[in-house]
Amino acid sequence: MSQNSKHIAYPIEIILNRQLADCLAIPVFITDTVGNLLFYNEPAEEILGKRYQDTGEMKVEEWSMFFLSKDEKGKLLEPEDLPLVKTLLNQLPYFKTFWIESLKGKSEKISVSSYPIIGRAGIFVGAVAIFWRPSDE
Amino acid sequence: MKITLWGVRGSIPTFNPSTRVYGGNTSCIEVEEDGCMLVLDAGSGITNLNFSNNLDCPRIDVLLTHLHIDHIQGLSFFKPLFDPTKEVHIWGPHTHAHSLRTRLGRYFSPPLSPFYFRDLICHLEVHEIGNSSFNIGPFTIQSAYVIHPGPTVGYRVTTRSGVFTYIPDHEPALGRGGLNHDIRWLSGSELAYEADLLLHDAQYTEEDYIVKKGWGHTTMEDALEFASVTKVKRLLLMHHDPTHSDAQLDACYAQLKEKTAYPFPFEMAVEGTGGGGGGGRPSGG
Repeated sequence: MSQNSKHIAYPIEIILNRQLADCLAIPVFITDTVGNLLFYNEPAEEILGKRYQDTGEMKVEEWSMFFLSKDEKGKLLEPEDLPLVKTLLNQLPYFKTFWIESLKGKSEKISVSSYPIIGRAGIFVGAVAIFWRPSDE
Repeated sequence: MKITLWGVRGSIPTFNPSTRVYGGNTSCIEVEEDGCMLVLDAGSGITNLNFSNNLDCPRIDVLLTHLHIDHIQGLSFFKPLFDPTKEVHIWGPHTHAHSLRTRLGRYFSPPLSPFYFRDLICHLEVHEIGNSSFNIGPFTIQSAYVIHPGPTVGYRVTTRSGVFTYIPDHEPALGRGGLNHDIRWLSGSELAYEADLLLHDAQYTEEDYIVKKGWGHTTMEDALEFASVTKVKRLLLMHHDPTHSDAQLDACYAQLKEKTAYPFPFEMAVEGTGGGGGGGRPSGG
């Protein structure tokens, strides 16, 4: 008989963030520690142009291609300038307002807050990015 | 693995004629294998533990799921803690804010207690665990945080004779969509997966739960569904609500049997019985 369960569940900190996201009217993306997309809520589906029930989880290389991130002058932002990427690198919260452009060419000014998920054990288990429409809009 | 249920009541000890069958003591489970003992939680049921007829091992391990009062209130009456010849190990959930010893010290100090932690004269060791794996004698133990207010873990105990999972306080259905059937997104599923026996929180009826969402407990229906999703082989429902009489628990059980058709046996846990079969009433099938 196996000594431990072979089934791997997500840490409850990830699960609870999903449950919260599922109740919110603002777009929320939840990733693992390297940026693979574990969950996005219904409002976030509008940004991605995809439905979570269709895509399930996505590798970072896959979901990061669904929109472009640009500054006010239309210049592409480096990944290291994006809040979520910085959170993944540094395990700290970040905030930035910038422009995103969907694959269909639709541009939108967006503010992003990101934070690391660090559980009771003090272990970094993932990150959350919340997209806001800027208050000056 | 011999399992004895010394306390299966939730929240507060409840002794009156209407709780005589299922019992009124709060959570405490004894697990024995090869003369070694684990004590899961230290509710009021711990006072029923009998140390005279077992224990080849010189140590006793008390594994706490969390520090809500119904799970630790028996510690003050746990005789080995006051015996200098005994080696007692207390295991409990880690949290960043305060050590387990500090948090237990709140209970072992006035006005809640007439004595302090330092007055415990056994050889005492305190271990902080989270999403952990560790061995105690013949037991291999996996712990994991589960959804319940405050730091709370469940335990998966494995010996050569089987796998026993203990999650007495748990609200896996918390959230808009209720219980998630994708086990990767289901709190506690890693502990329960394919266990031979699951002893799980089932404090509420569906009616109770309408006004008690977020209180940290499970409906009987969700406990059954949780066991089904995690493919356990047998389920005992515990942490009975203190307001539920024997007659009400019997009626709940009859309703569950009537409206469900799970492939595994399930029963209501009964204090003083064993978990290896006949640990509940009435017999499930």
